Amino acid sequence: MAFITANWNPLGDTFYRSAELYEMFWSLRDGLGDSLVAAAPYGGPIALLREPLRRSPSTRPQLEIYSASGASIASFPWKSGPVVHLGWSVNDELLCVQEDGTVLIYDLFGSFKRHFSMGQEVVQSQVLEAKVFHSPYGTGVAIVTGSSRFTLATNIEDLKLRRLPEVPGLQGQPSCWAVLTQDRQTKVLVSSGPELYVLDNTSCTAVYPPGLSPQAGSIVHMSVSFSYKYLALFTETGRLWTGLSNLQERLSEMDTKQAATPKQMVWCRRPRSQQPSVVLMWDRLLLVVGSCNDTIQFPLEDQSVLVGELDGVRIIGSISQELLQEVPLVCQDIFKIASMAPGALLLEAHREYEKSSQKADEYLREIKEQNVLGDAVRQCVEAAAHEYDPDTQKALMRAASFGKCFLTEFSPDQFVTTCRELRVLNAVRESSVGMPLTHTQFKQMTLQVLIDRLVYRQFYPLAIEVCRYLKIPDYQGVSRVLKHWASCKVQQKDLTDEAIARAVCAKVGDSPGVSYSDVAAKAYECGRPELAIKLLDFEARSGEQVPLLLKMKRSQLALSKAVESGDTDLVYTVVTYLKNEMNRGDFFMTLRNQPVALSLYRQFCKLQEPQTLKDLFNQDDDHQELGNFYVTSSYRDKRLEGRLAQLQSAVDEYNKAKNDFAAKATEEEMRLLRFQRKLDDEKGAGLLGLSLQATMEALMSLGLHKQAEQLYRDFRVPDKRYWWLKLTSLAEKEQWEELEKFSKSKKSPIGYLAFVEVCMKNNNRHEAKKYVSKVTPEQKVKAHLAVGDLEGAADAAIERRNESEMGAVLSRCSASDRLLMDKLNRARVATAKK
Amino acid sequence: MAHSARRDSPELPDLSLLKRLVRDQLIYLLEQLPGKKDLFIDSDLMSPLDRIANVSTLKQHEVDKLYKVEHKPIVSISDQICFLIRPRIQTVKWICDVVNADKAAGKFRRYKIIFTPQKFYACEAVLEEQGVFGDVTTDEWAFYLLPLDEDIISLELPEFFRDNFLAGDQRWVRTAGSALHLLHSLFGPFSKVYGIGRCSKMTYESWREQVEQGEQKARHAEIGNVFLIDRDVDFVTPLCSQVVYEGLVDDIFRIKCGCVEFGPEVTSSDKSIKVMLNSQDKVFNEIRNEHFSNVFGFLSQKARNLQTAYDKRRGMDIQQMKTFVSEELKGLKQEHRLLSLHISASESIMKKKTKQDFQELLKTEHCLLEGFEIRECISFIEEHINRQVSMIESLRLLCLLSVTENGLLPKDFKSLKAQYLQSYGADHLLTFSNLRQLGLLVEQQPGETLTVMESKVGKLVNDRTAVKLTDAFSSLAKKSHFRALSKKLNLVPKSDEEYDLRVPRDMAYIFSGAYIPLSCKIIEQVLERDSWTGLEEVTRLINGHEFAVTGADPKSKSDAQRIILVMFLGGCTFSEISALRFLGKERGYKFIVVTTAITNSSRLLEALLDNNV
Repeated sequence: MAFITANWNPLGDTFYRSAELYEMFWSLRDGLGDSLVAAAPYGGPIALLREPLRRSPSTRPQLEIYSASGASIASFPWKSGPVVHLGWSVNDELLCVQEDGTVLIYDLFGSFKRHFSMGQEVVQSQVLEAKVFHSPYGTGVAIVTGSSRFTLATNIEDLKLRRLPEVPGLQGQPSCWAVLTQDRQTKVLVSSGPELYVLDNTSCTAVYPPGLSPQAGSIVHMSVSFSYKYLALFTETGRLWTGLSNLQERLSEMDTKQAATPKQMVWCRRPRSQQPSVVLMWDRLLLVVGSCNDTIQFPLEDQSVLVGELDGVRIIGSISQELLQEVPLVCQDIFKIASMAPGALLLEAHREYEKSSQKADEYLREIKEQNVLGDAVRQCVEAAAHEYDPDTQKALMRAASFGKCFLTEFSPDQFVTTCRELRVLNAVRESSVGMPLTHTQFKQMTLQVLIDRLVYRQFYPLAIEVCRYLKIPDYQGVSRVLKHWASCKVQQKDLTDEAIARAVCAKVGDSPGVSYSDVAAKAYECGRPELAIKLLDFEARSGEQVPLLLKMKRSQLALSKAVESGDTDLVYTVVTYLKNEMNRGDFFMTLRNQPVALSLYRQFCKLQEPQTLKDLFNQDDDHQELGNFYVTSSYRDKRLEGRLAQLQSAVDEYNKAKNDFAAKATEEEMRLLRFQRKLDDEKGAGLLGLSLQATMEALMSLGLHKQAEQLYRDFRVPDKRYWWLKLTSLAEKEQWEELEKFSKSKKSPIGYLAFVEVCMKNNNRHEAKKYVSKVTPEQKVKAHLAVGDLEGAADAAIERRNESEMGAVLSRCSASDRLLMDKLNRARVATAKK
Repeated sequence: MAHSARRDSPELPDLSLLKRLVRDQLIYLLEQLPGKKDLFIDSDLMSPLDRIANVSTLKQHEVDKLYKVEHKPIVSISDQICFLIRPRIQTVKWICDVVNADKAAGKFRRYKIIFTPQKFYACEAVLEEQGVFGDVTTDEWAFYLLPLDEDIISLELPEFFRDNFLAGDQRWVRTAGSALHLLHSLFGPFSKVYGIGRCSKMTYESWREQVEQGEQKARHAEIGNVFLIDRDVDFVTPLCSQVVYEGLVDDIFRIKCGCVEFGPEVTSSDKSIKVMLNSQDKVFNEIRNEHFSNVFGFLSQKARNLQTAYDKRRGMDIQQMKTFVSEELKGLKQEHRLLSLHISASESIMKKKTKQDFQELLKTEHCLLEGFEIRECISFIEEHINRQVSMIESLRLLCLLSVTENGLLPKDFKSLKAQYLQSYGADHLLTFSNLRQLGLLVEQQPGETLTVMESKVGKLVNDRTAVKLTDAFSSLAKKSHFRALSKKLNLVPKSDEEYDLRVPRDMAYIFSGAYIPLSCKIIEQVLERDSWTGLEEVTRLINGHEFAVTGADPKSKSDAQRIILVMFLGGCTFSEISALRFLGKERGYKFIVVTTAITNSSRLLEALLDNNV
């Protein structure tokens, strides 16, 4: 503990410390010299390409990928063209920029993903230098070509190449350049001889760093800070200028007294930095230059690489890796020698308490007197977060916990969260995992991204543990990890389909948010259709299975799944697909087994493709429906011949369907149509299309009784119907004589009461009365009443000795019919007696 | 009737919320197409739309002119056209013609199609086939439910019946599921869901799926129980003549979207009047559920009361008169107007319905329901056909005969059909084919239809699918077991007792005491038992698919538990609604009826005609 400040170096009024992160796992024979090295920020992986420019095909350079702790992840010989630059994207993908402008993208495990080109003209002119940069829009690539032109791609996910304007007077490679992101625009800052230019989309502007001594000479090295806010320039005379990257303000300028151009120059800052600095590296020397012009010098034993981070600089050597950073203010407060900050006192109090010394109380008292115990606890917690060494973290957290005991109203949230986060951080910092994240970086990159990165590196169990430990909702946490895991699992070639399916099902179970169809799609992509089908079986929502099944050409299965889902739109989608994919016969056969799909398709065909409908019925030998189909289409046909032909087909089909009734009915309809046509031609009767009844009516009203009678006989119209028809027709036309003749032609099948009623309806009481006598005895009273003959009705009723009928007559009597009423009443009494 | 009602019946939830929701959504959709635009509306969406947003609301949102969607060139000169349609292939084709005609004429416009309540892939496929997919934008207006009254909600989808039950096209099932989901999210969670029928089952499943996908919010339930029922469970009830006032008005004047148009014979002037028929109309509210024979009594009593209210004026001083005029007179006048309207409507009904033939018609119906004097009934129907009384009525009687008698004897079947064809034309062959498929008009062929179908199907596929297939064709092979059901459930009260229609003792009053509607009886029985236990025989006869699922645990014996949502898939009649209202009063329930459309015998049969394709 006492030595915690041992590695602190003062710089101006603050301190810098360098802490060892790892003893590197790797054993590099030739160190880092003569290699292209790319190390991603946020504790990202390291890529190494030895002798990138060696062109002899016999010995290919080796591309190696390591975790930040130097553990090998992948290694393979480089078979493509000479590489100019390596870089990492935000998604942990390795970008390899080739001399011919092709950018190859590999994943973390060295498998090729895709490639793109930085433009056709580059093939000719070759890439001289390239840079991979990160901006709010994603990962970008900038190159400068042999013809001294810059080309930019701001986001490799959405590739849009931009060729920047020419730089005046620039020949060959510029002495140094950097990419800037300012005002939502990406620019290039380039030094050409004594001049400095800013290149944007349209223009090339010469700029002058404010306050840079004219005698400083031309700029030979430049560096932009992590946040793109600050700029450092190194001139040929060894002067270092720092300022804002918009070149509006100078921060400092000093003479480094180094004649050589540094190999690397990186900003070292942290959020709320007291004393930002620039780290310059030469072969044997590391120089930290603060803005107060103070410096710290470190000797360097071997070739190293600097990686700029959000809150410091990582120095990767072939033996070990260190983190150089400004000591956070809160840590300074606590650990600075003789500090009286509340946190420092609390830490001291706790230390005494552990020793069971009463001094603990004195320290506590002192803090409490100043009423800063809360601050003390907060300081300890905060400082713990910034410490890298678990023992120091523990000491600080214990002190905080101890202090917390004396506070009543103090939210434990910060304490608990920090504890949890530290545990997670310590776990991922483990050299086996190799993600040396600081707490500040962790907060910046968020937990979601951390989990993603763990997943990219296939640390699935750890990722799941982290999710569970931090209680992330399953949907965003465990399920997401499982999804990645399952997608990765299905690619394992050494396992059988069965084993993989079982393993996936066992782990994933029914976790919410993991879609089996997505996993199956992945399996299918990897050329394992059988596995895909097995996995799809686990998918609970049948609708989700359909698109993949279609893609896999399992159309039958897709159709039955679609039907199962109950979503008709989905069924229809599959049906349309099948229609285009299959030949007709197979298509209809498939539909035949799926009545739901079939009815849906039929509905569609009815409106869109009636002919298809016919084929459909034909295929099924559904003669009944075919018959119906022909009948329907007969109504669409305007010409009689066409109609008859259609109806004839209908008759044939009905016969095949053994539907005699329909066949006969259709035949009769045809006969009727021909008859109507004939009469229409002869007499212009306008009968075509009428029903049999309507035809007869029309004929009668035209006075064509003979023809009506012919129909009556030909179509075996029931007598009753014919009589009713003729009766009403004659009565309506007031052909009373005809009617009388008709009534006498034979015994009426509808009785004679109908005659009475119809006559009355046509207001002819006289004619009506003629038929009263013919009415059957049961209906006599009714008939008399119908013609309004009360007396006749009374007589009939009395004759029949029917009490209810007498009542009926009585109810119709009015006061003037006194006599009649008496008579009826008497008869009633008489009937009642008997 | 009022005296037998339980006093503690629960309050109904406020259904007007549904209207407000869809209105806002429609406005939002209209605003998506800024600037002046012409609106083309599907003709059968006009009345429902009018219930949601009137013309002035539409004008406020820059709708310039309103047209009906028709198959003819359009006259609009606007450069923005919005179509508001049901997702039907036919209509979409018309729109394609419009767009293509404009294209040919080199006219440029913006087109937007709003499908309601949802769009179907098939419609988009048509747009694509006709080459206009890129020229139009499409949207959905989730107008699932139209509250017609405080206890009636309609999906206004009359085609549901034909599509689902006749064509076997299940496209609307999801719509029904979504409608139920909407109700669930507004008034749920439901604690128990009962259902019977294949379509009900599917609707239930579709709803469940949507519930599982969406987020669940714990809220206070306003509707406790749900009952889903397929129309094909009970065809008898909608085939009967309605004799309750509201049903009669619907049968005679056709209530459209909660609104009826009384023609000159009622208004006794040369104009016709449109009247909203709902519980807001105080006069109507009192007589709507009454048997028609009581209506006149009620109306004259009402008239007397009104007179008394008017008479209060006498002997008032100036001050009292002032209050009377400002507060009561308007209400009284309104009531007066409605009263006279309903009186003349009743008169007009009387003229039509108390005639000899109507009495005989009713008698025949009752005989059929009782299974009594069937021969006479058949001759009555024969005469009915022969004399061409009415095409639909004859068909209705034929179907009622077939459904109650479990099919016609082959001889009758042939001769009645032949006579019908002679009367109304051979094109009704197709109608008969449809009726046969639905099981509405079949030949007695004990057991044969089903087995033929099954053996045919069985040969084709394995067992698992065979079951499904038989399900799908079940309607085709459906046999009615009305007689057995009637006996089991006591649907036909004993005719020897006198039935006092003034003081109804059961739901049979809606059919003059002759028949308790099967659908309502099933609902009553299930609610009484709180399950299907004991009704196994009944469900077997109906052809099953019954279910009862317990959902959210009711927190207490709250009022919501006594509010029951009954969803009729394929339509329901006003008589059934009246019967349920009666049941509710008896048992202290309140029913909310959700239906795909209000139906009656004419609408039901018209949907099955096939002569005007």
